[in-house]
Amino acid sequence: MPQTIIILGCGRVGSTLAKQMSGEGHDVTIIDLTSDSFRRLGTKFKGHRLVGSGLDQDLLKRAGLENASAFIAVTQGDNSNIMAAQIAREVFHVERVVARIYDPIRAQAYREMGITTLCTTTLAAGLIHDSALGEGQGEALLQASQAWDKIYLEQRS
Amino acid sequence: MYVIVVGGGKIGYYLTKKLLTEGHEVLLLEKDRRRQSAMAEQLGDVVMQGDGCEVRIMAEAGFGRADVIVAVTGDDEDNLVICQMAKKNFQAPRTVARVNDPANMVLFDKLGIDTTVSSTQIIFNLLEQQIEPGEIIPLGALKNGNIEVVAINVSERSPVLGQTIQDLRLPGNALIISVVRDDNAMIPQKDTRFENGDSVIAMVVAEEEPRLRHIFAEAHS
Repeated sequence: MPQTIIILGCGRVGSTLAKQMSGEGHDVTIIDLTSDSFRRLGTKFKGHRLVGSGLDQDLLKRAGLENASAFIAVTQGDNSNIMAAQIAREVFHVERVVARIYDPIRAQAYREMGITTLCTTTLAAGLIHDSALGEGQGEALLQASQAWDKIYLEQRS
Repeated sequence: MYVIVVGGGKIGYYLTKKLLTEGHEVLLLEKDRRRQSAMAEQLGDVVMQGDGCEVRIMAEAGFGRADVIVAVTGDDEDNLVICQMAKKNFQAPRTVARVNDPANMVLFDKLGIDTTVSSTQIIFNLLEQQIEPGEIIPLGALKNGNIEVVAINVSERSPVLGQTIQDLRLPGNALIISVVRDDNAMIPQKDTRFENGDSVIAMVVAEEEPRLRHIFAEAHS
């Protein structure tokens, strides 16, 4: 079933997600401070682009946050992601809120406060650890990584 | 009192200086190394270099024993995280955050910050006072209550001119607490007579504000 998804931050991760989810038929709106960043989306992206600050509640309302089923915060700033995620949760009552956080301590703190946080620092280190030592889910993760790269390449151009 | 100020901009600098003069123990935390050393030349070793959002730095700065944490960086999101992390990881008894976007005042309150200050909002309030003379000016509200403290200026066209407080038919839920005349605040008596240029300070239940406004409203020619 198509979902309404708002993505904050059109960097490598944000643009990849936007293309993939929009390609899957979801209704995607992506927000970034500069329109320049939207070049990463290429020409196939069918969703909406919105220029502005993801901490501005008026802009988030215009992005349709009230009716969104998921909000994803993947800007370069941990604190921006944390604040935007809390606005999505507390003001707009979005059901699923995910924030990418580089600092593991902050990721843990806000996870305990009810926000789904993904710390890509420890996540990447853990994956590399398992792959390099052939431990845990090393092999399965390498395969998943290859599959994700394939999706990425298919969404390109 | 041990106060930790995070953010060495102009507000952080002058606030630290003033707190030191008052004899408080203060630590000013500034992320930028060059700003930190420039500030340290003025204020001495109370200025520490470090990112106030990082728990390692917070522990080093003594967040655990601070009476107040004041976050006055230029970014609302940083001020929010500093205060929230101070509460969560160090049980800070009191946090104060500066916000640029006045819309964030309500949000920060909801997210557990004890006090938020918006210079944008303060300047806006001051401008509003200048734009609308004779109108009711909100001075403040009692926390968690519906009682407002307001100021009303009496002009030469005001219907209350020359009347006494007991002449007025004030709503039951309104109380005149002071009349300011020639920069002197008086405790009003029932026979205090209103003069041109008086500023009347009143407490009023929010719903009764329109009635209070009506009593003092300027007569329109």
